[in-house]
Amino acid sequence: MRRPLLPLLGRAWLALILVFLYAPILVMAAMSFNASPFYQLPFEFSTRWYADMAMNPQIIEASLRSVGIALATMVIATALGTAASIALFRYDFPGKRVLQVLLFPPIAIPWLITGTAMLIFFFAIGIGRGTPAVLIGHVALALPYVIVTVSARLSSFDVTLEEAARALGADAWTVLRRVTLPWIAPGIVAGALFAFAVSFDQFVVSYFLAEPGDSTLPVLIYTAIRKGFTPEINAISTIIITVSMGIMFLATRKSSFGGSR
Amino acid sequence: MSSVEVRNITKSFGRARALDDVSITFEDGGFFALLGPSGSGKTTLLRTIAGFSFPDTGTIRIGARNVEAVPVEKRDIGMMFQSYALFPNMSVADNVGFGLRVRRVGAAEERRRVAEALDLVQLGDKGGRMPHQLSGGQRQRVALARAIVTQPKVLLLDEPLSALDKTLRVDMQIELKRIQREVGITTIFVTHDQEEALTLSDRIGILRDGRIVQAGTPREVYDHPNSAFAATFLGEANWLPDAALEGLQLPGDRTRHRFAVRPEALTLTDGRPATGNALSARLEQRVFAGAMATCLVRVDGEPWKLVARDRDLPEMAPGSEVWVSWTPEDTLAVPREAAT
Repeated sequence: MRRPLLPLLGRAWLALILVFLYAPILVMAAMSFNASPFYQLPFEFSTRWYADMAMNPQIIEASLRSVGIALATMVIATALGTAASIALFRYDFPGKRVLQVLLFPPIAIPWLITGTAMLIFFFAIGIGRGTPAVLIGHVALALPYVIVTVSARLSSFDVTLEEAARALGADAWTVLRRVTLPWIAPGIVAGALFAFAVSFDQFVVSYFLAEPGDSTLPVLIYTAIRKGFTPEINAISTIIITVSMGIMFLATRKSSFGGSR
Repeated sequence: MSSVEVRNITKSFGRARALDDVSITFEDGGFFALLGPSGSGKTTLLRTIAGFSFPDTGTIRIGARNVEAVPVEKRDIGMMFQSYALFPNMSVADNVGFGLRVRRVGAAEERRRVAEALDLVQLGDKGGRMPHQLSGGQRQRVALARAIVTQPKVLLLDEPLSALDKTLRVDMQIELKRIQREVGITTIFVTHDQEEALTLSDRIGILRDGRIVQAGTPREVYDHPNSAFAATFLGEANWLPDAALEGLQLPGDRTRHRFAVRPEALTLTDGRPATGNALSARLEQRVFAGAMATCLVRVDGEPWKLVARDRDLPEMAPGSEVWVSWTPEDTLAVPREAAT
């Protein structure tokens, strides 16, 4: 009975990883339904913190702002990213390689550094802090994610399809709309979901770029924790996590992480 | 339907000259094969006629219209690709109807013509399928229906059958020929498969290094190749060694011609035949292939190939001395200056 040992160990290892990943989140979600404000047991089910949260105008306002910015980021980054991916796919131009490489660091550079740099830069060129600055920052951060997912999909695109459509008399716009875009649609959807999630979950860059009066939800949560922890935060965090994980789940299903179909 | 006239087309990619002063006429309603090895420029020529590539110099006429500067979508051509290039997100009927929708013919007219085209390729009942639900041969037919449903002036085929397996390919050749006759459309197709070119086309153009080496009916080109390249690229040729020419009846001057004989023109005997041209040889191998057999012999050290009905061949062991003979009219005389 030595053979099952390794798979067993492997499973235990995996279980441990999942526990460390998700236990804190599950505890937090559970506590958001616990009546006690001090995490006291026994557990007593209550939706009190959700009700409190819903009554808190700051949280509501920040939530709406976050969703608004995330939607705007999604639309802008998806449009720009899709156009960029198609250009990178279709044309060879001097500096293409460099440009492709330059598009990736925003994924790798610590957001803290990006955020600081953006703040300095936006002040230097007169945009300053505020919602427009946050939006520009988010779009810049989300763009590479869109380009990566759309490009992955495009890499399996057969260019002869475009040639076939043109031979049948279709102009460039019709070819794009009827042949190219339908093929890369799953990549675009995945990229859009990534863009939404990157913006909606964004704390660091928003923290630097938002005006004190109009924080986004993650920034508000951070400020609230500093002032003193209330289970309302558990409630709103649970909602955010549910939404984000839902989106990520959809995104990975759609993109298959760059695999075909 | 229209004729296609290519005049003095030159096309370079960087320093490489893909087409070098090519002139050729494709007659109205003809089935024309462009044959050549890879890199000979046959695909470039087809893509230039289609409008995917524009010539550096020269003119192209489709019907009465000069099109060398017209982009592909305005040339009114039908094209079939090696990979079929069916739109994966559209049903068979939508694929076939694509060109009609682009031309805004109206829904009823589109339905009618799509049904007609699908009937023509014997896929009348498959309109609702998606491309990935079809077999390779069926996809091929859909691609053909899509290419001809708009009634283009010319049908261009880029190695259309090379992705199919052998039996299916032969079926499709017959099918393609039938449909081309029925529709009467001027057809130009590119292939590197000489058998396909011979079976399908009524005219052949052989390309090499961006030039048309020879053009004519398959029989003309096969029976009277104008160069060693044409002789070996279309069919096989056994070259007569210079030392063996003495005493043979030859259709040309030996200082200006090289001579060759097709494998199927040769007869193998164990004794010297009374008439015709004959050379002694050594039998190296006999390969049985059902009705036909191939014999590999050596004539003056040169490897020759002979194809005959198996039952016509005498029983002889490899290594025996034999005679190969042929009627003098079957000798090919190929101009020497073109020989390589």
